[in-house]
Amino acid sequence: MKKILILTTALAGFAYAANAEEVVTVMSWGGAYTKSQVEAYHKPFTAATGIKVISVDADNPATPIKAQVEAGNVTIDVADVEFSDAVRLCDEGLLEPIDASMLPPAPDGTPAIKDFIDGAIQDCAVANIVWSTVVAYNSDNVKGTPTSIADFFDTKKFPGKRGLRKSAKATLEMALEADGVPASEVYSVLNTPEGVDRAFAKLDTIKDDIVWWEAGAQPPQLLADGEVVMSTAYNGRIFNAAISEGQPLVVLWDGQILDFDLFVIPKGAPNKDNAMKFISFATDTQRLADQASWISYGPARKSSSALVGKYIDGKTDMAPHMPTAPANMSNALVNNFEFWVDHDAELNERFNAWLAS
Amino acid sequence: MSENVPADPHVAIVTTAGGVEDGALTISDGTPLKRALARAQSHARRKAFLLVLPLLAFIILTFVVPIFQMLYRSVDSPNFHDNMPNMVAWFAQNPSGTEPDETAFTALVEDLKLLKKNRKAGLVGTRINYELPGSRSLFTKGARKAAKLEPPYKEALLKIDPKWSDPKLWQVMRSAASPYTFNFYLAAVDRTRDADGKIVRVNENRRIYLKLFGRTLVLSLLITFMTFILAYPIAHLLATLPLRKSNLLMILVLLPFWTSLLVRTTSWMVLLQSQGVLNDAMVALGIVSDDHRIQMMYNKIGTVVAMTHILLPFMVLPLYSVMRTINPSYVRAARNLGATSWTAFRRIYFPQTVPGIAAGALLVFILAVGYYITPALVGGADGQLISNLIAFHMTGSLNWSMAAALAALLLGGILVLYWLYDKLVGIDNLKLG
Amino acid sequence: MASDVSDNAFVEFDRVQKSYDGEVLVVKDLNLQIGKGEFVTMLGPSGSGKTTCLMMLAGFETATNGDIRLAGRPINNIPPHKRGIGMVFQNYALFPHMTVGENLSFPLEVRGLDKTAREEKVKRALEMVQMGEFINRRPAQLSGGQQQRIALARALVFEPELVLMDEPLGALDKQLREHMQFEIKHLHERLGITVVYVTHDQSEALTMSDRVAVFDDGRIQQLAPPADLYERPENSFVAQFIGENNKLDGVVEGFEGDEVIVRLADGETCRANPVKCGDVGSETLISIRPERVWIEGKTTPNTTEAQVLELIYLGDHVRCRLQVHGNDEFIVKVPNSAGHKHLVVGETAKVSWDAQDARALDPL
Ligand SMILES: Nc1ncnc2c1ncn2[C@@H]1O[C@H](COP(=O)(O)OP(=O)(O)O)[C@@H](O)[C@H]1O
Ligand SMILES: [Mg+2]
Repeated sequence: MKKILILTTALAGFAYAANAEEVVTVMSWGGAYTKSQVEAYHKPFTAATGIKVISVDADNPATPIKAQVEAGNVTIDVADVEFSDAVRLCDEGLLEPIDASMLPPAPDGTPAIKDFIDGAIQDCAVANIVWSTVVAYNSDNVKGTPTSIADFFDTKKFPGKRGLRKSAKATLEMALEADGVPASEVYSVLNTPEGVDRAFAKLDTIKDDIVWWEAGAQPPQLLADGEVVMSTAYNGRIFNAAISEGQPLVVLWDGQILDFDLFVIPKGAPNKDNAMKFISFATDTQRLADQASWISYGPARKSSSALVGKYIDGKTDMAPHMPTAPANMSNALVNNFEFWVDHDAELNERFNAWLAS
Repeated sequence: MSENVPADPHVAIVTTAGGVEDGALTISDGTPLKRALARAQSHARRKAFLLVLPLLAFIILTFVVPIFQMLYRSVDSPNFHDNMPNMVAWFAQNPSGTEPDETAFTALVEDLKLLKKNRKAGLVGTRINYELPGSRSLFTKGARKAAKLEPPYKEALLKIDPKWSDPKLWQVMRSAASPYTFNFYLAAVDRTRDADGKIVRVNENRRIYLKLFGRTLVLSLLITFMTFILAYPIAHLLATLPLRKSNLLMILVLLPFWTSLLVRTTSWMVLLQSQGVLNDAMVALGIVSDDHRIQMMYNKIGTVVAMTHILLPFMVLPLYSVMRTINPSYVRAARNLGATSWTAFRRIYFPQTVPGIAAGALLVFILAVGYYITPALVGGADGQLISNLIAFHMTGSLNWSMAAALAALLLGGILVLYWLYDKLVGIDNLKLG
Repeated sequence: MASDVSDNAFVEFDRVQKSYDGEVLVVKDLNLQIGKGEFVTMLGPSGSGKTTCLMMLAGFETATNGDIRLAGRPINNIPPHKRGIGMVFQNYALFPHMTVGENLSFPLEVRGLDKTAREEKVKRALEMVQMGEFINRRPAQLSGGQQQRIALARALVFEPELVLMDEPLGALDKQLREHMQFEIKHLHERLGITVVYVTHDQSEALTMSDRVAVFDDGRIQQLAPPADLYERPENSFVAQFIGENNKLDGVVEGFEGDEVIVRLADGETCRANPVKCGDVGSETLISIRPERVWIEGKTTPNTTEAQVLELIYLGDHVRCRLQVHGNDEFIVKVPNSAGHKHLVVGETAKVSWDAQDARALDPL
């Protein structure tokens, strides 16, 4: 009996010791993006709080959440997900609500609610970056200099294959923008059957010249290989290929579609409190600005913009490469999550049917 | 009689000399032989069962349970039923076709208030949105404003959004009020219910699933056929070469197994793309001009080529293992009996390889039906197969019920093919190794 | 019939050589003539090249050098299916996916016979091997002996003039084998076909054949009717391979008339029949059949003392193992009949043999 007592005490002691080692598990997208978060958020967070950050990667961190929560075996504390996923997961009750009042105010005292860009704070999610889908071209291969989104759809003026993401989202918006719909009206047009028809009609004009891509790593490759002369792409990927690898790739900011990546906490996360601490820490003004030195995604707080410095190569100024830079925002569209949560399935079915016809 | 009893040293058997009327055999302690045997065998059976128990449990846990879960999920739809009690009650009291009146809207507003309180508006909205796109925001907006609404509720709600009176919406809500539904299966075959609840085809520009089922079937059959055409001579060569050489060749056949799927797929892309190795070579040789490079990627050719390569070993291995066991003397005998080499192949060798073809074809076909990464990467618009849409609903739209219904149909389709196959080839005629 | 076939040989191997790998000759200089209607057996240890010879004849292997002629025509360039040779394979090679009837009808089909003719011939062939009622069975449903008969019937159904059989009875038990030996021999006589038969079983070869070709090391060691082979082996391989055989090593000391005098290992001499021995001074091996030795009784110049080492009672005779001229594996068979001396282990007895029966051969 005594022995058992000693044993259980010892085990409890171990358990306590293990608990004493505070951790938080953060799941993100891998590659340069995870690296930027490790450098800008994880390392300073551990230094400041002593809480260890375990970094895990997934092709899409939203994917495992539903399975984990339903199985009652949640291993992730924080996940970095896309906007529509954050909303959908929240709807399904798979996420913990996030109390926005816990988020630190801007250095000048502006409360977080006002400091974050519109839509960056949701019931269950807080945005950390703004990324965008842009058109990029290979300046070695394209004949002339494309200047607008309309040029992407003009294969007469700029002959050659086009790369497009095999998905309705962003594709339809760009088609409408190229067809002359101003950014502010894109979603109201797309909300009508005629608007959808109009977008598909525009896509029809270049259908035979499209090379479809699915993974974010593909477009820079397709452009570099000369498989396509222009492609839609995530701006950070193009930045990396152009600045770090010296590829002749150029971003056409006209018609860019802005989107958030957000932090969420899966329901039943094992270290919920640490997760909340991590999120407040990572989304403060300085951290968000720091991340921009590692990758060309814009901070989700207005107050961070002024603090964005140089790329880690020490010579490239990051500010003009931010999707949120004023010069790049002249004809920018902010992704309407409400629209896409409502119409994702329908428009993707239509999109797939269009692809297959 | 006693001479017929086998000399079994373990059981002392005595013949009853008239004690038992039917003359049943008993063992020395008087128990009937049959029962003694059953007892002895049941013990052995129990032991055998215990031995397979871990495997059985494993299979049930990892295979049978998930399949049933999937089938259950394809008809399970609790979200509306569990969160909209007033609406469920109203639907129960009023038959289909009843014009929604003020009581209906009162029930609706009560439920919207509940949704707001329980934070379930998105969940219910999403469920309705599956069948009537655009209604998720209807529910989230409605729930947000429900508390401030004043009767008459019908008017008040319609002021927020006139869509609330859409008969189609009410039809969808009525069908969602039941905790089980077959509507996901309807959607999986491009069907839907109209405002009267009748089953109709969906709008032409949204018909996709049947087309993709068809394309998946055709492409998988084509790939199966291609692997067969390519694998047959290779397997034959492997089976007839001396072991040392055939082992070396076998390594080449198995090489794709040792490289990751993405690496293989990417290397095909490097090879086939229009600025790729193959096209460059043809341009250099002057076979095609630089402006007319052949498009071998992002279409059916790319899919078939890459998938055939990836699945080739699954055809080669069963064929090889069957061919290895075919004694060369059969073909010799046939030749000796006067058959030309073609006749000997057709009548003697080929029929004996059918079990290997059967096994290989089944393997390749089923794998081909389930592959989606490769076709998506190299197939372009033509590379969209039914598995891609299952994956889309699993990870993209999070509509697992739809994914489950599609997967169940795919499973059902494969079982039907399997049954056909059993009729044509015979499953016991299958030889995997 | 068998004595002179060289002029109008039906099957002829003319200086045939065969190598599979370009390094080893599996068949070295094979010369063999087989007359029409003859039953010739190739007998030899496993690996001696028998099957290879048969395969060259059937057309599945090509001779590396030399000619094979069938009815006077070289067949090196005739494909196997045009040779019209029947063959029974070692493992029967019955087509597993066809019934017995389909197996038999196959050679007729490929020859374009119509259905009625085929059915008639199949029926007749099956009756010939007493397997009429098995026409609808599959080979897997037959016993080894039954499969063997079907294989035989299939090789005969298209009435070839030449039938090759490669150890057709190898898989059968002893009793069935002896029975089938008789049946095959019988069929051969009745149909008048030419048979080239391969076996490694000497008793099978001796009982069935008109002539036996003893194979070893890719060569025919001796080609002779069975009796000659046993009684008059021409070299020590044949003597040793066929039947039982007592061996005495020695050196040729001189010749006297038609006899040779051999100095044996123990210093004594023995008179022998110089079948294949060298000149004076060369080594030789004397071969004496056990039944050509007698104990006590008459004396010859070769009478010598022997010590009885072992006696094995075998009913009709007793096998005696003796020590003779230092060889303690010397076997003598003593008939178990009246008037024969009963030996006792350990005693010394006189053994004798005629000089004609002691064959001086090449040393092993
Ligand atoms: N297909 C072959 N390839 C290479 N060597 C072979 C082949 N068939 C037989 N041999 C070799 O040739 C020799 C004679 O074989 P075989 O004719 O089958 O002998 P047997 O039938 O007398 O037992 C053996 O050493 C065997 O290993
Ligand atoms: Mg052999």
